[in-house]
Amino acid sequence: MRMGITELAVKLRKREISAVELTKAYIDAIEKLNPTLNAYVHLTFDTALEAAEQADQMLKEDDAPLLCGIPMALKDNICTDGIPTTCCSKILEGFKPYYDATVWERLKKQGAVLLGKTNMDEFGMGSTSETSCYGAPLNPRNTNYVTGGSSGGSAAAICANLAVYSLGSDTGGSIRQPASFCGVVGLKPTYGAVSRYGLIAYGSSLDQIGPLTNSVKDAAIVFDAIKGVDRRDQTSVDYDYGSSMAECLDRDIKGIRIGVAEEFFDGINPEIKSKVEEAIKLFERNGAVIENIRIPAMKLALPVYYIIACAEASSNLGRYDGIRYGYRTASYSSIDDMIVKTRSEGFGDEVKRRIMLGTYVLSSGYYDAYYKKACLIREEINREFDAVFEKCDVLVAPTAPSTAFPLNCKRKSPVEMYLADICTVPVNIAGVPAISVPCGEDANGLPIGMQIIGRRFGEVTVLQVAHFYEQNAGQIIGAYEGGVRI
Amino acid sequence: MNYEIVCGIETHIELATRTKIFCGCTTEFGGEPNTHCCPVCTGQPGALPVLNQKVVEYAIKAGLALNCKINTKSHMDRKNYVYPDLPKAYQISQYDEPLCEKGYIELDSGKRIGIARIHIEEDAGKLIHEKGYTFIDYNRSGVPLIEIVSEPDISSAEEAKEYAEKLQLIMRYIGISDCKMQEGSMRCDVNLSLRKPGDSSLGVRTEIKNINSLSFIQKAVMAEAERQADILDAGGTVVQQTMRYDEATNTVTPMRDKENSEDYRYFPDPDILRFSIDEEKIEEIRKSLPELPFEKLKRYVNVLGLPEATAKQISRYRKVAEFFEGALAEGASVKNAANLIVGTIFATMGTEEEKELFDVLISPAQYAALVKLADERKINIGVAQATLQKMLETGKPVEEFIKPEDLVGISDEELEKLCREAMDANPKAAADVRSGKDKAINAMFGYIMKKTGGKADIRKAEVMLRKLIGQ
Repeated sequence: MRMGITELAVKLRKREISAVELTKAYIDAIEKLNPTLNAYVHLTFDTALEAAEQADQMLKEDDAPLLCGIPMALKDNICTDGIPTTCCSKILEGFKPYYDATVWERLKKQGAVLLGKTNMDEFGMGSTSETSCYGAPLNPRNTNYVTGGSSGGSAAAICANLAVYSLGSDTGGSIRQPASFCGVVGLKPTYGAVSRYGLIAYGSSLDQIGPLTNSVKDAAIVFDAIKGVDRRDQTSVDYDYGSSMAECLDRDIKGIRIGVAEEFFDGINPEIKSKVEEAIKLFERNGAVIENIRIPAMKLALPVYYIIACAEASSNLGRYDGIRYGYRTASYSSIDDMIVKTRSEGFGDEVKRRIMLGTYVLSSGYYDAYYKKACLIREEINREFDAVFEKCDVLVAPTAPSTAFPLNCKRKSPVEMYLADICTVPVNIAGVPAISVPCGEDANGLPIGMQIIGRRFGEVTVLQVAHFYEQNAGQIIGAYEGGVRI
Repeated sequence: MNYEIVCGIETHIELATRTKIFCGCTTEFGGEPNTHCCPVCTGQPGALPVLNQKVVEYAIKAGLALNCKINTKSHMDRKNYVYPDLPKAYQISQYDEPLCEKGYIELDSGKRIGIARIHIEEDAGKLIHEKGYTFIDYNRSGVPLIEIVSEPDISSAEEAKEYAEKLQLIMRYIGISDCKMQEGSMRCDVNLSLRKPGDSSLGVRTEIKNINSLSFIQKAVMAEAERQADILDAGGTVVQQTMRYDEATNTVTPMRDKENSEDYRYFPDPDILRFSIDEEKIEEIRKSLPELPFEKLKRYVNVLGLPEATAKQISRYRKVAEFFEGALAEGASVKNAANLIVGTIFATMGTEEEKELFDVLISPAQYAALVKLADERKINIGVAQATLQKMLETGKPVEEFIKPEDLVGISDEELEKLCREAMDANPKAAADVRSGKDKAINAMFGYIMKKTGGKADIRKAEVMLRKLIGQ
């Protein structure tokens, strides 16, 4: 059994292990396994050991924060002062920000120990992490399979126990889908619950940072540490949850109304469908009330998502021109030539595809037909979600329509790839929170994920239901042999 | 010219906020290149904008001063285009929901020039071309601007100049910008087309970019109208283009073709939430607005009875008007208070800017103390002017220069005695006055003033002299 944050925190305080020793154990494991798994793309062992030493100092005090001295990882699109942050894109080659993302600033204050930056799809665009300029991370559960994406490295690092927790970002499922593929827990918080300051933008109105962990409790602890309003992000919200997430986990689920929408089960792999249905029965047996509901606008969520995300991406990625930072082409004849060549060489195919798609849908003459219409449908989806949460407290659904795919298998068909996000994107469009928890395995031994979706700022209930399931479903967590043993 | 000018002006004005529009960096002009910068204003990956509330307030102020309707719901848009001085590859601006709409400026003639819209946006950086390289200074990047777009209601070069002048005056008055055209804190683009009188349709228009002085606006409009008229007279057609005005040659030349208008792919900026402004806030700002220069001018003429020329000079500068009105509140007379400002204080100020700043060492109360001595004829105007001069140089109050004993009036007997002396000393002048040469009396005034060190009441002396001369 792996140790969670709380158990490690106790060990650290009892001096059974020091933060430096703990960090070294993780460094050893990363050195051994990362050359195969490719979960990390930038390693920060020197600063990690320094941070661990400082953490050991902090731990001498009685009021050291819970996350003090706990080794962790950040997705490569979360800015870290002086440490490479490249979104796994050639265009940000060598880029070291001179500022910290708010989430990292908050964790650093708690004495967090950063082991490195994790692999991802280039700029978060993809569902397998194969669009990374550093090559794909491999799924620790079976290295012939992808990790999912785009936070694939963050999920793999947790699955292989190469970090106690990691942060990912989720624009259309980028935390939950790899969590599902790797058999770990992934939480996408409510839009605005966690500051996006320092998160390199993909789709600004959809992006949200969240934790990937081995347990729901750990996810709750990390979310507690990073959430909250930030004066540097106008879209962040000053929401009072009333208490810490971790304290609410053990509340009874009796009487909780669980919504099941058939739209989430259309076209889903039957093995996954039946596992999620078993879970629903478990909830029912334990006193939850099951409500069958409909979300008709959901079938439009995927096209709406690709229009809005790509439109925003085309604008957000315009700044990568080789002038101020990152990659610049070797030779050029004029400034226009420099920008064109830099972008042609610096961006990968999937990123180019989405930039072009986004540019197209925002162009005059197409704006009304695509972007504006997508915004109207987005409002309709929001209304339907609002109506759903009048009737139920949470929705239960599969996280992904399939388990992990073999490496390289979907490269040729972008649309087929986009379908991998069908269960996750409606949640981003509505801006509500959702968690993916492991829900058994398919016949090949690949993990299945179940999604629990809540109302805006309904994280408490989402985590509580997820925790209940985790505690009562007899899940085997951390089946991967390897990683750190303590 | 057989054509009618149809002209509209787009004016960019830099707002005098302390910090930039989306971050806490200073807006101070100048500074070493790239020292007034942070991740936000240089568009670093991951940085996010936070809208400065002061910018919204200032823009509302401008809107109210220009008689606009203030939209209580508004949002920011992204205007996407690529240029090295634009670090995010988009400018955060306003597109379909500008903060202010549908206002006007009234010209002296009573004609109103419509204001189509006022919106807020950020400035870009500055390119510096040197030694075959191009450098970028982002100090100006993120400085808040408002863009004021007029309706094409302007129909002459004079009107164009007057419009811009009035706009500048109002913006300075309400204190939202220094509107220094030479420093670029006010920049005008002029759109112009011609049409036959009576035509209702518009001709092809050109846009003259970045004009940086008021007189150039007038000259550029004239030059461009003539250029277009020549083309039309010769049977040609005007090409829709972006033009540049060259002040050295007084010509307008094409900068770049603008046949295909750029596609800016505007869309609402997802990083900045829609904002609403409550009516109370608008009312609060409305109440904070000062009396505007044109209202002041009218009041000075109609209520205070000042001559128009004097009233115009004083009302034009907010600080001068405040100083003047401050002196009135302390009991100074309108006429003397106004005349001494225009005649004496302005004489120490060479430029418009100095008058604008009106950096004087004395307070309105100190000034009023002096004016009142003149009002009560305890000193004459000449002494008042000389004393004021000294007060302005030293910042010291009037008592430093005029002692109570100086103010003791010259008694009637003494005055009569002086008058007789003056007549005796100037027998010819006395005779001339008697024979009707009125101006000759000045010679005797000179004698009396000299004897009294300028303290004699000249009007009293005149009455006495005429009595003695027997007129």
